[in-house]
Amino acid sequence: MVVIKPNLKVYIISAVAVLALFGILTLLLEVGVLNNFHRGLIILVCINVILAVSLNLSAGFLGQLVLGHAAFMAVGAYTAALISTRLGVTSVFGFIFVLIAGGLAAALSGIIIGVPALRLRGDYVAIVTLGFGLIIQSVLLNLRITGGADGLLGIPRLTTMGNAFFVMVIVVALLVALVRSRHGRAMIAIREDEIAAEASGIPTTYYKILGFTIAAFFAGVAGGLFAHRVSVLVPETFGFIYSIELLVIVVLGGMGSFTGAIVAAVVLTLLPELLREFGDFRMLTYSILLVAMMIFRPKGLMGSYEFSIQSIISKIRKRG
Amino acid sequence: MEMFVMQLINGLSIGSIYALVALGYTMVYGIVKLINFAHGEIIMVGSFMILLLVRYAGLPFIPAILIAMVGCALLGVLMEKIAYKPLRNASRLSALITAIGVSLFLQNLFMTIFSPNPRPFPAVPIQGYVRLFGNATVSNLAIVTIVVSLAMMGLLQLFVKKTRMGKAMRAVSEDAGAASLMGVNVNSTIAVTFAIGSALAAVGSFLFASTFPQVQPFMGLDMGLKAFVAAVLGGIGVIPGAMLGGLMLGVIEVMTRAYISTQWSDAVVFSILIIVLLLKPSGLLGKSVGEKV
Repeated sequence: MVVIKPNLKVYIISAVAVLALFGILTLLLEVGVLNNFHRGLIILVCINVILAVSLNLSAGFLGQLVLGHAAFMAVGAYTAALISTRLGVTSVFGFIFVLIAGGLAAALSGIIIGVPALRLRGDYVAIVTLGFGLIIQSVLLNLRITGGADGLLGIPRLTTMGNAFFVMVIVVALLVALVRSRHGRAMIAIREDEIAAEASGIPTTYYKILGFTIAAFFAGVAGGLFAHRVSVLVPETFGFIYSIELLVIVVLGGMGSFTGAIVAAVVLTLLPELLREFGDFRMLTYSILLVAMMIFRPKGLMGSYEFSIQSIISKIRKRG
Repeated sequence: MEMFVMQLINGLSIGSIYALVALGYTMVYGIVKLINFAHGEIIMVGSFMILLLVRYAGLPFIPAILIAMVGCALLGVLMEKIAYKPLRNASRLSALITAIGVSLFLQNLFMTIFSPNPRPFPAVPIQGYVRLFGNATVSNLAIVTIVVSLAMMGLLQLFVKKTRMGKAMRAVSEDAGAASLMGVNVNSTIAVTFAIGSALAAVGSFLFASTFPQVQPFMGLDMGLKAFVAAVLGGIGVIPGAMLGGLMLGVIEVMTRAYISTQWSDAVVFSILIIVLLLKPSGLLGKSVGEKV
C-alpha cells in the first residue's frame, strides 16, 4: 500500500466537495426535483454508509467476521430511543448526547462479547456475534421496557437529512483517520498475519478488541439515527438478514476500502428500493454473490483500492 | 422426582440429536479447519427429502431415511467440491463467508421453492408411551431417538478407529501435508468426511423433525447453531467431545425450559458458549494446541 501524505490542500478540497454534495442535495429537495420519499432514501443511505464503514473496520481492516452488526445497531437504537423518549429530548445538543449514549451502549456490548471471542482465533467471532444477534432478538422481544413484539413507539423524529449527512461525514472522517494512524496500521498487520504481528510486538488482542468496540460504537450511533428517523422500533428489523446485507455490502465493496464500502452501500440501498419486484430474489442473489465473490474475487470489487481526490490531483499534475 | 426423570430423558433425547449434528461440525472442523455453517441446512434439506418421500411418494420411513442419507451425503460432497475446495488455501475469512453464502443459498432456494410456511411432518408409527415407575412415562420416540443416535455414534467410532478410511481421516486431520506424502488421498478423504457428516445429519433431521413435527426452510439455522455450541462445549475437532457436548446441551436446555423459563432458554445456550470460550476455549475434552507458524 502506498502511503499518501495528505496535505492541507487536499483536506480543503475534500471539505468543499462534501459541502457541495450536500448543497446540491438540499437544492434539489428545495426545488422539488427530489421529494420526501427521496429525502427518506438519502437518510437511509447515510445510515447504511455508517454501518458499512464501521463493519468494514472490523471485517475489512481487522479481518474478523462479524455476523451481528445489526444487533449492535439495535442496542444503540433502543438505548437512544429510550433515553430520548424518557427525557423528552428536542434540542440538537440533546440529540448528540443521545446518539453518543446509544453508541456507548453498543460499544459496551461489543466489549462484553468481544473479550471472550477475540482472544481466540477468528472463527469464534462469527459464531459468537451470530449468537449475540439471536440473544438480542430474544431480549428485545421479552423485556417489558422495549415494548416486546409491539415495538417501541413514539420516538421523536429528530433525524433530518442534514444531521444524518453530517454524522455520516464525521464517522467516515474519524474512521479514515483511525485506519491511517499507527493504530490502523497495527490492525491491518493483524489481518495480514496475526502471528507475525504479535511477533513484531503488536498487542493483538488489545487491537482486536479496540477495533471491534469502535465498530460497535458507530453501529450504535447509526442505530440512534435510525430510531429517530422511523420513530417505531420493532426487534425484527435488526435480525440476521440485516447483518448479512451489511456484510454483503462490505464484501462487495472491498474488504478494506472505505470508498468501496460507501459506493456499495449507496448502490445496494437504492437498488432494491428502485427494483421492488427484485425483492423476492434478493437474498438468493446475495447468497450466490457471496460465494462467487469469494471464489473469483475474494478481496471485493474494489479490493483495498481507495478512490481519493489526492490521487486524482497527482495524476492531473503528472499529465500537466 | 418423576418430573425430573422425565425431563432428564427428554433432554437426553434432544441432546442425542444435537450430538449427531455436532459430529458433522466437529469432523469437518477437525479435517479442514472450517466451521461449516451450511451443516444446519443439511438438516433442513434432509427433513424436506423425508417429508416429500413419505408424504408424496408414499414410501415407508426406513427407505425414505436411507434415501435421504444418500441424498444428504451427495449434497455435502457437492457443497465441498463447488464452494469449499476452491478456497482450501484462501484466508479463513473467505472460507467462512463462503460457508455463510452456501447456508443462505440453501435457505432461500428452499423458501422460493416451498414457501416459508411450515409443513407438518408425518407422524412416525411408534407413538405411545412406556411407563417407567409411578407416573413417570417416556415416549417411544424419545427412546428410539436415544438408541438410534447412540448406535450411529458407536458405528462412527468403529469406522474411525478400525477402518483404513478412518485411519486416513485421522491422519489428514493431524497433518494434511504429511498424510498426502504418506500416500493418503487427501481430496477423497475430505469428501468422505463431508459425506459421513451429512449422512449423520440426515438421520438427525429425521429424529428432529419427528420430535418437533414441523418442516420449514429456516429450521436449520437454530438447530445448526445449537449443535455448533455443543461441538464447542465438548471440544471442537474431538469426536467423543461432540457426543458429550450434545447430550449436555440437550439436558441443560430442557432443564432450563422446565425449571427456569421457556423464553430465555436460547439465551442460556449462548451464554454457555461464551462461558466455555472464556474458561476453557478448547472445550471439555479438547486439548489446547499451539498454533503452528
